[in-house]
Formats: sequence, C-alpha cells, structure tokens
Amino acid sequence: MFHRFANPARFMALANILSPWLTVAATGLLVAGLYFGLLASPPDYQQGETVRIMYVHVPAAWMALFVYVALAGAGGAFLIWRHPLADVFAQAAAPLGAGFTAAALITGSLWGKPMWGTWWVWDARLTSMLILFLLYLGYIALANAFDNRERGARAAALLALVGVINVPIIKFSVDWWNTLHQPASVLKIDGPAIDPSMLLPLFLMAGGMKAYFLAVVILRMRARLLARRVRALRLAAVGG
Amino acid sequence: MSVIAAILGRDLRLALRQGADAATGLVFFIIVATLFTLAIGPEPRILARVAGAVLMVAALLSATLSFDRLFQQDFEDGTLDQLLLAPPPLEWVVLIKCAGHWLTSGLPLVVVAPLLAVFLNLPPATFWVTMAAVLMATPALSMIGAVGAALAVGARRAGVLVAVLVLPLAVPVLIFAVSAIDAAALSAPTQPHLMLLGAVLAATAALAPWAAAAALRQAVT
Repeated sequence: MFHRFANPARFMALANILSPWLTVAATGLLVAGLYFGLLASPPDYQQGETVRIMYVHVPAAWMALFVYVALAGAGGAFLIWRHPLADVFAQAAAPLGAGFTAAALITGSLWGKPMWGTWWVWDARLTSMLILFLLYLGYIALANAFDNRERGARAAALLALVGVINVPIIKFSVDWWNTLHQPASVLKIDGPAIDPSMLLPLFLMAGGMKAYFLAVVILRMRARLLARRVRALRLAAVGG
Repeated sequence: MSVIAAILGRDLRLALRQGADAATGLVFFIIVATLFTLAIGPEPRILARVAGAVLMVAALLSATLSFDRLFQQDFEDGTLDQLLLAPPPLEWVVLIKCAGHWLTSGLPLVVVAPLLAVFLNLPPATFWVTMAAVLMATPALSMIGAVGAALAVGARRAGVLVAVLVLPLAVPVLIFAVSAIDAAALSAPTQPHLMLLGAVLAATAALAPWAAAAALRQAVT
C-alpha cells in the first residue's frame, strides 16, 4: 500500500479522486463545527463566552503536533526507502504545520488575556509550542538553503527526526511541570472531563481541520509534482 | 587509535595556530556578559538574580560562533571526504571533533564563567556549582551544535542557519544549567538540577554523534 503510491502518476490519480471529497468534508465540518462552537453550545460556567476560543485553539494545537509527527514520519520514509513522494509531502506539509502552530499560539494568547490576565507566560506548554514553531521555521529554512534541492530535502528530513524529541515534551509538559496551562481534559484514561455539548463542536472542528490539512496538502503536492513535470518537459524541449 | 589522536591533534593545532579563533569565542563570551550588565544596570540584587541566565546565554551564543569550524572548513578543503573514508566509524570521528571543539571553545569558559559570576554579584558559595554547570553544559552544546553544523554543511549562509537550527534544541541545556546556578544562589539544593543537566549531557553524547554522522554521510554523497 505504502510503496504502491511511490509512483507519482498513481498518486495523482488517487489525489484527483480524493481532492473534491476532502474539500467538501473540510468545508462541511468546519462550518458545522463553527456553528455548534460559536452559536449552539453553552458558555462555560466559569469562563463564559471566552471558552469558544477553545474550538479553534485545541484542534489547531492537535494539528500542530500531528503535522510534525507526520513530517518526521515522512522524513524517515524518505531517508530509509528513498520514497519519492515523502519529500514532496514534507515540503507541502511544513508551512501548514507552522501555520497551525502559529494559530494555536495566537488563539492561546487571545484566550490567555481574559483568563490568566496576560498575553503570554513562560509556561512549559507555551514555551515548548514556541520551540515547535521555531523548529518548523528552521526546517523550512534548511530545506531551502541548498543549491541542490535533493540535498536540502535529506538534511531537512534528518532535522525533522531530531526534532521529534520535542513532541513528547509538549504532550507531557503540563503533567511534568505543574504550571498555568491546564492539563489534558479530552484524552484521559477515565474519559473526557468536558460536557458532550462542548465535545461535539470540538471534534467537528478537529475533523474539519484534519480534512482541510489533507485537502491543502494534496493540492500543494499536485502543484509541486506538476511544476516538476513542467521543468522536465522544458528541459527536454531545450535538449531536444 | 592513532587516527583518532591524529584527528584530535589536527583540530587542536588548527584552532590554536589560527590563535584568534579560540580566543575570539572567549572574548565574545565576556563582552556579551558585560553588555548584559551594562544594559540591566548596576543594582547588585538584580544582577545576582539574572547572573545564571546571563552566563548561560552568553556561553550558548559564544559556542554558536564557532560551530562552523566543526565541519564547514573540512567540507570545503576536502578533509571531510578523507574522514568518511578513515578506518574509525564516523560516529567516533564526530565525537572526537566535538571533543576538539569543546577543548578550544568550552573549556576556557569553564574557567572564566565562575570569575564572571563574581562580577555579576553571585555569592562565592555558587563558585563550584557555576563551574560544574558550565562544565556539563558546554560539551552538550558542542554536540548539539555538531548536529546542526553537520546538517548545514554546504548550505548558503551556513553560519546563521546553524544558529537557527541549534538554539531551539539547546533549550533543555539552558534551563537546567540556569536553574542549578539559581538554586545555588538561593542556597537551595542544586543536586537535582545538576543531575538533570548530566542526564541531558549523557543523552546528547549517546544520540548526537549518530545524528551528526548520518547528516555528514548524506552531505558528502
């Protein structure tokens, strides 16, 4: 399955089928999630209306970590099997991951002002998310720093694998250091500590963001593959 | 064994004969620490509070200055190809090059940092803790830097790129070293912080040579 799609033409065929469905799913889920999140769910008994920031903040933070793990996985696949699409995927996904991380940081900051009374604290979770953002930027900078693109792709893949160390630190930072950011309340062993009326928009938004990510990644991958093809055809035209 | 000794000897000779190279890092360290004190002001209590942070950030920046010395020059003059062909495993070579880098850039800081700590109004009781913290932090920085330097070998503007890659990864070293010095200044127990710093050093020593060696292999092929 994994190696079947090493063939770009086969990937393109699948991408053409999936792309419209993913776009529809992303739009539908995000609209439904925003409706339930902003209008049809109750305000929090403590936080009031500001709790609605959660419906963007938490899924964005999940995506930030998910994309980084996917990036590292793609890096591994690229280094181990020389999977030709892994690099295309990683280059397409990295700016999106950086965007999700920035969204999580910015919405967190907007949420922090009314709740904690400050835009920013040097809390373990916030700091490690900021480092994740810097890792994304370093990854993008490294991938584009070489005249030989292939060389940049391999260096960036290695950097992604090295940076994976940060992922468990972010996930468990709220448990290891007891600071201002609250501990996990959805993915817990004894079930979520959130009311179902709030869980529904949260999961809708999470699903919507994931569909959005996949739709945009496939779009960017197709653009990249087509650009590669244009270059090859141009070279062939000049050479022939 | 003789190859290892030869590589270490070569790195040390290169760093010391180009004289300015090793000394510049030390001077830079002192200047950064001085600039911090000038900017913060002479209030002794505030200085003592931030001294640990100032020292470690200065050490981090000073180490960053010399990371391009690790592999970039060897890559440019072709020595790196020879090192890849040399009999000892590349991981060993990386470790030895880190040792050479640390001896010329980190070790001088170990001696100077406790003296600067006195200028920064840290109580004399923190002398040994400061020394131990810098002693463990600088080799860890050399090895984390080796990963960044190996990744950026041959890149455009490699120096800036290495700093961007390495500084986020150096955060744990910074945190534990500073908390050890701060704990000593408050006469709190310093052992847990130093042990955590030691754990970071042990982890980087075990992992960084592999990552750096992998990066070098793909840089040269």
